[in-house]
Amino acid sequence: MAPSDDDSDPKPQLPRLSRRAFFQGAGASALTATLAQSVAEAATAAAPAVLGPEPSPLSLSVNGRTVSLQVDPATTLAEVLRNQLGMTGTKVGCDRGACSACTVWLDGEVAASCMTLAYDARGWKVTTIEGLARGDELHPVQRAFVENDALQCGFCTPGMVMSCAALVERNPKCTLEDVKQAVSGHLCRCGTYPNVFKATLAAAKGGGKPKGNS
Amino acid sequence: MQSVKDTTGTVGSGRSAEEKKEEQPGPQPAPPPNPGPSRQQVLPYGIVGEGLKEVTRRVPLDEPPPLPENAKLKSIGKPVSRLDAVEKVTGKARYTFDIQLPGMLWGRRLVSSLPHARIKSIDTSAAERYPGVRAVHILESVLATAKLRDPNAEKGNRYPTIRYAGQPIAAVAADTARAAEAAVRLIKVEYEPLPHVTGLEEAMKENAPRVFPGPTEQPATAGGGGAPPGLPQKGNVRGPDTKPRGMGPRGDIAQGLRDADVVVEAEYRTQVQTHVPMEPHGLVADWRDEGLTLYASTQHLGSVRDEAAELLELPRSKIRVVSDFTGGGFGAKYGIGNYGLLAIHLSRKAKAPVRMVMDRREEHVSGGHRPNSLQRLKLGAKRDGTLTAIQLQAHGSGGVAGGAGVGFCHSTLYECPNVHVEQYDVFTNTGPCAAFRAPGQVQGIFSLEQSVDELAEKLGMDPVALRGKIDVSKTDDALARAHERRLGAERFGWSKRKPAGSDKGPIKRGMGFAQSQWLYLVHPNIACEVRVSGDGSVEAFCATQDIGTGTRTILAQVVAEEFGLRPEEIGSHIGDSRYPAGPASGGSRVTSSLTPAARNAAYRCARELATRLAPLLKANPDDIVFAEGKVMVKGKISSAMPFREAVKKAGIEEISHRAERRDDYEGYAMKMPTIAISRHGIGGVQFAEVAVDTETGIVKVERIVAVHDCGRPINPKLVESQIYGGVIQGVSYALYEERHLDAASGHQLNANVDQYKIVGAREVPTIEVLLLEQLGAQSSTDARGVAEPANVATAAAVANAFYNATGKRIRTLPMTPANVLAALRT
Repeated sequence: MAPSDDDSDPKPQLPRLSRRAFFQGAGASALTATLAQSVAEAATAAAPAVLGPEPSPLSLSVNGRTVSLQVDPATTLAEVLRNQLGMTGTKVGCDRGACSACTVWLDGEVAASCMTLAYDARGWKVTTIEGLARGDELHPVQRAFVENDALQCGFCTPGMVMSCAALVERNPKCTLEDVKQAVSGHLCRCGTYPNVFKATLAAAKGGGKPKGNS
Repeated sequence: MQSVKDTTGTVGSGRSAEEKKEEQPGPQPAPPPNPGPSRQQVLPYGIVGEGLKEVTRRVPLDEPPPLPENAKLKSIGKPVSRLDAVEKVTGKARYTFDIQLPGMLWGRRLVSSLPHARIKSIDTSAAERYPGVRAVHILESVLATAKLRDPNAEKGNRYPTIRYAGQPIAAVAADTARAAEAAVRLIKVEYEPLPHVTGLEEAMKENAPRVFPGPTEQPATAGGGGAPPGLPQKGNVRGPDTKPRGMGPRGDIAQGLRDADVVVEAEYRTQVQTHVPMEPHGLVADWRDEGLTLYASTQHLGSVRDEAAELLELPRSKIRVVSDFTGGGFGAKYGIGNYGLLAIHLSRKAKAPVRMVMDRREEHVSGGHRPNSLQRLKLGAKRDGTLTAIQLQAHGSGGVAGGAGVGFCHSTLYECPNVHVEQYDVFTNTGPCAAFRAPGQVQGIFSLEQSVDELAEKLGMDPVALRGKIDVSKTDDALARAHERRLGAERFGWSKRKPAGSDKGPIKRGMGFAQSQWLYLVHPNIACEVRVSGDGSVEAFCATQDIGTGTRTILAQVVAEEFGLRPEEIGSHIGDSRYPAGPASGGSRVTSSLTPAARNAAYRCARELATRLAPLLKANPDDIVFAEGKVMVKGKISSAMPFREAVKKAGIEEISHRAERRDDYEGYAMKMPTIAISRHGIGGVQFAEVAVDTETGIVKVERIVAVHDCGRPINPKLVESQIYGGVIQGVSYALYEERHLDAASGHQLNANVDQYKIVGAREVPTIEVLLLEQLGAQSSTDARGVAEPANVATAAAVANAFYNATGKRIRTLPMTPANVLAALRT
């Protein structure tokens, strides 16, 4: 997960289903070992099929559309978006959750898609940079980024936009400090930060309304 | 800057054979500019708002009339939003990283685990058998490294010698990324380890392990000061080079020091900084019978095409390079690189497109870096501040590549009769350096501007006033800096600066100042084509690229001006090597090179259009003007007709003109195939305010006032963005960035972006940008670059502010708590 833009907010939890499936599938962890025999047996009987290493069917909600895929369990959400769905707006800058270029929304909360397994996005509404505008109508944060030149090479921009848009939607009265917090996990080598701050505050001031296709 | 040799290294390994040949003889004076018919032209000259004057220069006969200052223009000089910004904020912008072709394979490299070794054998059989693998290729020779002077020195070796941990050896192309990664691990390499050395000073020792078995050359050096051919080399130390960028020693340094009333002498150290573009180096190669298409993340399409043509022995006509968007470069993205060479071979073998993109670790290790430096600097001056001596001895390591020179500014920035610079390249078993935003100059200014500050204090002079005394060359950059010092000091509140170390508490604040200097460069012989179609569409074409500076936008602005259209109405086409040859995005030379060619082509189209419209408007072509989307007869508003309608009515199929970048009206100090160097430079000054926590050693840069010049700013909004970027990278370099190597294994310990610390949102100071509009009367747009000067002064300004805060000099970068506390203990 990308750093939350507000530390006081609970971070989005990993989907319980896949976490449980993992423990049950693994079967050898200390946790399962301590379970009473009967409980374990019952759980095993009700457990979903063990996945992998071969691809299995997976259904995701991406930008308001349900997509059906064949995915192996080691695949990240970023890989699915880029390589299977051809949605290359989501960038991968470090592939270890340190640069936030890959930021998407899961149910409206920011998340690092390079650190999220595709299977962990089941049941969540995934919104990517491609789903932020309504047709030709840009999200207020996108528009403000254009007007305030909050981008140079543009490679970190989709991730920046996703975090700033999430902030503005949740807190239209955000301050400079809030914006700095929101993008503190994002890396921009060109040095667009001053204009990112300006743009996000301008979008908030203009009344950034929720527009994402989630 | 009178006579200078290009070794800015803005072209990496990707130079054509003919360029290399041409560079061999060393500095050559430039021939007289623009042969052919000419006229005498009166042009505005000076700084707008500071009293423009007129100069008369010889210009080509058909050169467009000079432009007035920006305030009188409609499109040029306006803060137009980037034309491709919407693509970037919606994720539609397609980078090389995003290229997906039918049947595309994933490439993965095998890199050396040892820092120095001979390879005895390579067994790729298991990798070849791995499911999904379509091709395997072993690298025959390694690019981006210095070359042994004696071509037979390692003749017996079957494979290239390994000289750094992370050096590419071979690569695999497979159906999936995962298969490629798994297969590459199955390649068996038998090494014969050799002793290695990674530290600068360790490598300088006489008994240090030798990185190369003999003397080396690197004419296309990519790291800064560079080195002329034939320099002496002893062990790992090559040099001295006494002529940074061709600027030779002058006077008598011993006499200069004897003449001095005051001498300052100190040792400075700067670290290795890696480029860290957000999009790593990458190339997608698509080899087909009919030709080779390369999608490249590059700063110069031409360098990719030419290097591929040379190494693959293909005619340039068979190679097309495409680069719609490049996710940053900062100097490191030239030519095809080892990754690109491997991708091309794999594509040829597999008969399918191959994507080869470096991962973040590879990017740090082998993608390039700014060399470190160890500088011993001595300045002498008279009581009145006049300099009598500048003596520099500098060593630096660009790993297995040369180009660590830092002495250009010492040789050229200040008036001094006695200058002696010795700069040495030290080879180490680490990845190759590459040009990095003002190569050499960032390191050099760090030492020079601190020493000048120290001198000012010894002389009891204000540091800004001392610069006024010694920065007196008759060049445009010196003229600009004089205004910038005044403007900046006023805006910054320089008069409120307190004596050094006067804050009482543990957190001490201080103010500092440093000057910037960069070369004013032009990429000669590039061209731009402008077309007007029968429906009134206007398009411009140039094989240049955008690494984030806004090239498409400035191109459209300049063309729009000639047609009285809005920039958004111009089709601005770059990023394809099939267009007329375009400038490299390096050395701050795109805008200075592209815009005059674009304006001239647009001007010729507009004049031809006027001729074709003359019968329709029943007027003399010379009286037809284009303004506000309309065509009209000068002075007759009633004749106005919308531009598109007029073109349609005239029954034009297409008008097309191509114009080359002509020489600067005044000519150049030096001219080479890809770089011409003006005797003028680009200036800039920066003021910094810092807070130093003397208990923890944490430094915070709170405020920067950056005052810059770039000739005529074509788009002040984009210029401001670049200056922000230069300052932020400068703060990052000053405070945080440093490559850490493990001496025992030769591996980089922080080859990622969480441990290689870069300025983030939290560390960005308040930055105020002031921009001059300076007309140099040199070309039809008078535009110059700004990317590099914006990065040059920052670290030195911060260091001078550190001194003002604490009363102690910090001569070692970065200003980490450890280095800060050590400095405070001195």
